[in-house]
Amino acid sequence: MSKPKPPLFLEREPYRRRRLTDGARFLPILGFVLILLPALWTRGTATGTTAEAIYIFGLWILLIVAAALLSRPLRSIQDRGEGTGRPAPEARNGNNQGSDGGSEGGGGSAADGAQ
Amino acid sequence: MSLNVLIPAALAYVVFLFVIASLAERRAERLRAAGSAPRFLRSPLVYTLSLSVYATAWTFYGAVGYATRSGLEYLTIYLGPTLIFVGWWGLLRKLVRIGKAQRVTSIADLISARYGKSNLIGVIVTLLAVAATTPYIALQLQSIALSFGAIAQDQSLAPRQLAIWVAAGLALFTILFGTRNLDANEQHHGVVTAIAVEAVVKLVALMAVGIWVVWGLAEGPADIMARIAAADRPEWRVDPARWTGITFLAGVAVLTLPRMFQVMVVENADERHVSVASWAFPLYLMAISLFVLPIAVAGMTMLPADANPDLYVLTLPHTMGQNGLAMLAFLGGFSAAMSMVVIASIALATMVSNHIVVPIWLARRQRTQSTPVQDLGDMRGLVLNARRLSIAVILALGYLYFEVSGGSRALASIGLISFAGMAQALPVMLGALFWRGASRAGAIGGLLTGATVWLYALFLPSFGPGVVLGADLMAQGPFQISWLRPHALFGVEGMDPLLHALFWSLSLNALVFIIGSLVSFPGPLERVLSAQFVNAFDPSRDDDMRGARGWSREASENEAEDLLAMAQRVLDESEAQHYFHTQARLQGREGFLPDITPDFLDRLERELAGSVGAATAHAMITQIVGRRRVTVDDLMAVASETAQIMEHSAQLEAKSEELARTARQLRDANEMLQRLSVQKDSFLSQISHELRTPMTSIRAFSEILMDQDITPEELARYARIIHDESIRLTRLLDDLLDLSVLENGQVNLDLGPGTLSDLLDRALLASNSVRPDRFFVVQRAGAETGIALNTDIGRLTQVFINVLSNARKYCDAEAPVLRISVRQRGGVVTVDFIDNGSGIPKKSQGLIFEKFARLTDTHKAGGAGLGLAICREIMHNLGGDIAYLPGQGGAAFRLTFPAVLRQHSKAAE
Repeated sequence: MSKPKPPLFLEREPYRRRRLTDGARFLPILGFVLILLPALWTRGTATGTTAEAIYIFGLWILLIVAAALLSRPLRSIQDRGEGTGRPAPEARNGNNQGSDGGSEGGGGSAADGAQ
Repeated sequence: MSLNVLIPAALAYVVFLFVIASLAERRAERLRAAGSAPRFLRSPLVYTLSLSVYATAWTFYGAVGYATRSGLEYLTIYLGPTLIFVGWWGLLRKLVRIGKAQRVTSIADLISARYGKSNLIGVIVTLLAVAATTPYIALQLQSIALSFGAIAQDQSLAPRQLAIWVAAGLALFTILFGTRNLDANEQHHGVVTAIAVEAVVKLVALMAVGIWVVWGLAEGPADIMARIAAADRPEWRVDPARWTGITFLAGVAVLTLPRMFQVMVVENADERHVSVASWAFPLYLMAISLFVLPIAVAGMTMLPADANPDLYVLTLPHTMGQNGLAMLAFLGGFSAAMSMVVIASIALATMVSNHIVVPIWLARRQRTQSTPVQDLGDMRGLVLNARRLSIAVILALGYLYFEVSGGSRALASIGLISFAGMAQALPVMLGALFWRGASRAGAIGGLLTGATVWLYALFLPSFGPGVVLGADLMAQGPFQISWLRPHALFGVEGMDPLLHALFWSLSLNALVFIIGSLVSFPGPLERVLSAQFVNAFDPSRDDDMRGARGWSREASENEAEDLLAMAQRVLDESEAQHYFHTQARLQGREGFLPDITPDFLDRLERELAGSVGAATAHAMITQIVGRRRVTVDDLMAVASETAQIMEHSAQLEAKSEELARTARQLRDANEMLQRLSVQKDSFLSQISHELRTPMTSIRAFSEILMDQDITPEELARYARIIHDESIRLTRLLDDLLDLSVLENGQVNLDLGPGTLSDLLDRALLASNSVRPDRFFVVQRAGAETGIALNTDIGRLTQVFINVLSNARKYCDAEAPVLRISVRQRGGVVTVDFIDNGSGIPKKSQGLIFEKFARLTDTHKAGGAGLGLAICREIMHNLGGDIAYLPGQGGAAFRLTFPAVLRQHSKAAE
């Protein structure tokens, strides 16, 4: 029968989730640009290898923290089966996992143990 | 320390890993038998730790050497993967999803599966992977051999002899755990657990050395900072091109390296683990690279100048007499090397057996036997043996490379050359995931181009001038063509050789891939798969995909038995039977043989692909079911089916909308009927009331007249009252009659010429009789004078009189003023009558044209309330209208009518 078309506008919550995934896609780009900064610095008295190392490791920690903060909400979005750019009914997502996760154990329950 | 200590220690460590691996394997098997999933073995923690196979001996030893030579540049190797993992949502997630959905067994399998299960592509990627990984394996062997040499005083074994023993030992370990069984998901619980343990060992070892350097040799972080600043060299300056290029290259490598693909995608137990790894793996990488620079600086300042920087991690504690720490570092480096070799050789062996050995074997069988179906022999044994052999061959190749290259060059350059080789898989991989138009022809062209350029510009020259490529060729170019020099292709000179090769190989690769894809036409199977890959996350396309299978929908023959026989040889016997049984039950059949539907074939193929790869699985099923591959016609049938369904549903939607519209109309009509019925009732009661009032007074007064004793004056007065009342009655009846005639449209219009000003004059004159006591100021603009009319003048005058009388009657202003404005536009005359009274309240405006509608007291008005209703009917009959005009500062009526009324337009009404 007729498929429900993805809605053009979203409510507040789905809208937030959608922007969250946008942020997750943007993060590595931002990270890449920031990583390139030391390459553009002119070497003077203030910027030596030490300063560069402190900058890079500080940036690294920020990236890790950002990824850690994003990972939980993103995982819940992933569980909902969104993040495809369009919302999916829960039931269908369940089906997908069923057929993909397949024959061997180790699918869902392993992750439950992890939580 | 002597070899007498080192060798037993290394052996003990291997035994320890061996025990862990077999315990894990056994536990996984027991849990599987019990029907539950191995929770800890497949936790995000183990997943993240297993990813650390990225950090090999190259990291453990080489990073320090790299830092000694080039300063912070070594960090780019870990920053690239950090970015990829931090941005997992965009790319890794899809890669893992598709890898699991398609039961992918290796990166070659993924790419060949996407491009129409083309085995040729599988072969190309496999060969590329072998070529790129062999030096890397050699690097691990070399580092183990060097590490033995570095701390063993009584060196009785040459590095080469050691390396051969190490290679043999690793081959044995890998074969034992990597090829124990042919798992349907190609997962190795034991190996992955051992790798996770090794990840901890190497991290702890490197950090222990680092902490000892920072707090033992130096006096804490501040001191080590000062030492770093003091040791700063000019060549430590960040080179922008290499910094950018290597960050990019490392990011690509983490996606394409066979061993990374193995642990990241193939061994992944749950897609959600990736989200944890997204921050945990960068954290691991940061931790492992944190102490590299301090160790390098300590080595530079405290060790003799001729010490190999690649071995500082080991030689630093050893020279300082920290034998325990040196032993830990030795085991850490051993771990790093071992985990890489084991995973890489498993990954490569899977590729070689699935894409080279098994296809060749199948092809030979097909050639020698006309009916290859009945006895495929023991496929499982064949595949496993092929893998065992491949592992041995790969390690032998690694050793050979070590032997040939002499194990002299810096570790880092070998690693980067290997990265650049596997990076050639990037364009086709991204195309596979995101571009439906990417085609097999383009992929083959791109891969071959990229691989050739890489070989020519980077790999072969890496042996040094005169080894493979002659010194002349390197300096002058082949046949003296200078723009084909390996390190200065197309006149690009002075670039770093690595970046030069990376730039040209990837750009030409992508160029050929894209152009090839643009001009070629993909086969039907390819098109099915491209949709499956690219739309992996698009559940709304599921319905479209439902019909798009890799197999045609011909009527099935009795092939189920053959398929079962074949599946038994690839999968485990009971497993295959169980699978067929389940599938048959799903179709609602008893027994072990399901109907051979395209859907079933697709699922079976995917099941087999988990063991032998997509291309091989496809080829095997093709051997049995013959030429039943999907055709373009099938695709079109699916497409038109979908289109038909969509059209159908669109029609249904339109129809239901129409029904809703009709229902709404019916509801409106019903409401109107009800309203009319109410109106009719109230009309009847009103009319009875109106008739009854004069009748009552007539009756009363005639009764009085019937009395004998009344004076003649009274007689005359009563008779006049009776007369007046009967006139009023007659007028009412006249009005009603008039109204009904007008409403039915049976009125005879008496058309004649006249001018509007005459008409207005007459109407004003006639209306003066109403409340003659009041004085009205009438403002008339002169515009109406020239307007000639041809309509029913009498009727129109009646309307004007009515409106003017109403104004005289109801205008409540102290000094009433009536303004009459006239306009003519396009044959339509508009006359507005506007007074300066308080007007008609908004809620009554809709009511005033109804019959018997009166806003004030009946007797004061002295009419039956039919006047405006009649006016409206007259105006309709004259082809015009009368409306109340709100917002004019008083009561305002607008009359519109055609200046010339044509009889036929009337008749048409």
